Amino acid sequence: MGLEFVSLSLPPLLIGIFAAIACALPGNFLLLRRQALIGDAISHVVLPGIVLAFLVTGAVSAWPMLLGAGAAALVTVLLIEIIRRVGRIEPGAAMGVVFTAMFAGGVLLLEQSDTSSVHLDVQHALYGNLESLIWLDGLGWASLLDWEALKGIPPELPRMFFTLVFVCGFIFLLWRPLKLSTFDEGFARTLGLPTGLIGLSLVVVAATAAVAAFDAVGSIIVIAMFICPPAAARMMTNRLERQIGWSVGFATLSAVLGYVLAGYGPLWLGGQNAVSAAGMIATVSGVILGVAALAGPCRHRAGAPAG
Amino acid sequence: MLLEALTLQLGYNATLVTIGATLLGIAAGATGTFLYVGKRALVSDAISHATLPGVGLAFIAMVLLGGDGRFLPGLLLGSAVSAAIGLLCVSWLSTRTRLAEDAAIGAVLSVFFGLGIVLLTVIQTMSSGRQAGLETFLLGSTAGMLWNDAVIIAAGGALVLALVVLLRRPMTLVAFDAEFAASTGVDVRRTDLAMMGLALAITVVGLKIVGLILIVALLIIPAVAARFWSDRMGRVVGIAGAIGGASGWIGAALSATAPDLPTGPIIVIVAASFFAVSLLCAPGRGVLAAVLRHRRFRARVHVRQGLLALAQEQPIYEGLTLRLMRRAGLIRADGVATEAGRAKAARALLDERRWQLLRADPRHEAAAARYDGLTPLETLLTADQIAELDRALKPEVAT
Repeated sequence: MGLEFVSLSLPPLLIGIFAAIACALPGNFLLLRRQALIGDAISHVVLPGIVLAFLVTGAVSAWPMLLGAGAAALVTVLLIEIIRRVGRIEPGAAMGVVFTAMFAGGVLLLEQSDTSSVHLDVQHALYGNLESLIWLDGLGWASLLDWEALKGIPPELPRMFFTLVFVCGFIFLLWRPLKLSTFDEGFARTLGLPTGLIGLSLVVVAATAAVAAFDAVGSIIVIAMFICPPAAARMMTNRLERQIGWSVGFATLSAVLGYVLAGYGPLWLGGQNAVSAAGMIATVSGVILGVAALAGPCRHRAGAPAG
Repeated sequence: MLLEALTLQLGYNATLVTIGATLLGIAAGATGTFLYVGKRALVSDAISHATLPGVGLAFIAMVLLGGDGRFLPGLLLGSAVSAAIGLLCVSWLSTRTRLAEDAAIGAVLSVFFGLGIVLLTVIQTMSSGRQAGLETFLLGSTAGMLWNDAVIIAAGGALVLALVVLLRRPMTLVAFDAEFAASTGVDVRRTDLAMMGLALAITVVGLKIVGLILIVALLIIPAVAARFWSDRMGRVVGIAGAIGGASGWIGAALSATAPDLPTGPIIVIVAASFFAVSLLCAPGRGVLAAVLRHRRFRARVHVRQGLLALAQEQPIYEGLTLRLMRRAGLIRADGVATEAGRAKAARALLDERRWQLLRADPRHEAAAARYDGLTPLETLLTADQIAELDRALKPEVAT
């Protein structure tokens, strides 16, 4: 178990956990601010950003693509805001217009350009390839302390780790303003807090997490992790601190359970091949949400009759 | 080539696909308007993503029963069932728990889609199934479409369109004001269900052409674009249908002209261009119209202030005012008032004096509320009333 586990399962498992937590943390605030679908929009427009970056640089390399995806996410948020204000359109519809149009543009660009030589396609963008992020130099637990072997670790792992640190740092540093402006924007403004700026920076942090996670695990996990763990956590408690704790727990549980079920579940059932880990992680998070919605102690709206 | 495609001369299948896409676009545009007006636009996103597990399960079931897994009606039936379950989950989560509707939509969308992806990988590894090609349902594909499939799509589009026409009145009422609709005897729950059912039907019919990720665009974009052109519901529905139909038609024709132009994204891009044109050019709500309105308003304010300054023989320094008045022939190039300018200035001053008097008089309170420094008083009061004002004004003018 030890040798195979460290090289084949440990890196994807860790990447999955980091990605899940990095998305679930800002997801808590987005959920409470009724911007839950921003994650959906961002993860759709990552595709055109990556394709454009590929067309400009002509190579599949990580940093230009991450920058392209980040730029696309920012452009989306700005476009949604402009269309909403200029056209006086409700935010949901404005979002629907922008992200579908940009996603369609991305697909068209991808089909038109010659990307047959490189691994870049829509399926990959949607559900990633978590399983392929293996660590060939990991020859057992001892390699974790071996500097030479650590150099061979998939680059997504440290990238995701630092993204998680960045997200945690942002939420830790801006805890009070974030909390205030999330629950009572008017009151926060009277205190002199720049609520618009806080909202925008939250979206930027969410976009950072989404783009980094997307690179490793595909957009379907990103959307699921933005919404399902925070939503399940919301059924468990009325306090923001505890909600965030629960959501981190649920995100970790989804990632671990989903990865294990995808990798070993079919074997237990007598199959031979693993199923998509990304899809399974999203499914598990949905099951957790379902259980929380059926039995969570705080599942009803405050003041609504029970039952 | 494009002209041939647009005039339906590119072969039988391409023609059927184009007709199907057009009918689908019209039906989607019209239905989408009701969703948009009822602020439910993104529910369709959850519906469309929730079709994927149904497609996968239907394929598996049909293969296990020994049939052809790619039998389109079977796949569409499966997708409709799972989309309906997804829809029920959204409404259950948003009414029975504390989650807002957008969170419920996102949760259902991602979880069902994830489950669908899992099923797709199961199908890929199923030894009995041939290469399924179910991925084409993600982005739509009309290449190699069977004649039977094209007929199903065209017929489905026509059927949905007929239902929209039948149900337009109760749906309009419910979309605008559910409580009022209930008080007039409309069954709100069932109408709501019918509206969602139509969105579901469009999603299912559109799966093969547009694909499940982008079908939501056909429900949202034409409706939002059409909203710019009119404030009357009937017209918005009609315009949205026209935009949707045109997008489907042009998009399908464009994609028939080249092998590597996928139909779904092209249709969406065409629809998005219609939206961009509407956002910029629509009269009334469009950006261009708003800019023009603003410029006209600014010009009126400047000219009015300039005229008042002329009448009181004060110098004008402001550049824009001078330019505007020169262009209107009110002052000469050296800034001296022309004959017409003096006449207009006198009238403006008189109007302003009348307004001052009017606003000091509590009897004219209603009219005084209309004061904005621009409206000529003649447009508000009768000749008699103005004559009465002028009588009070006379001694002041004389001094």
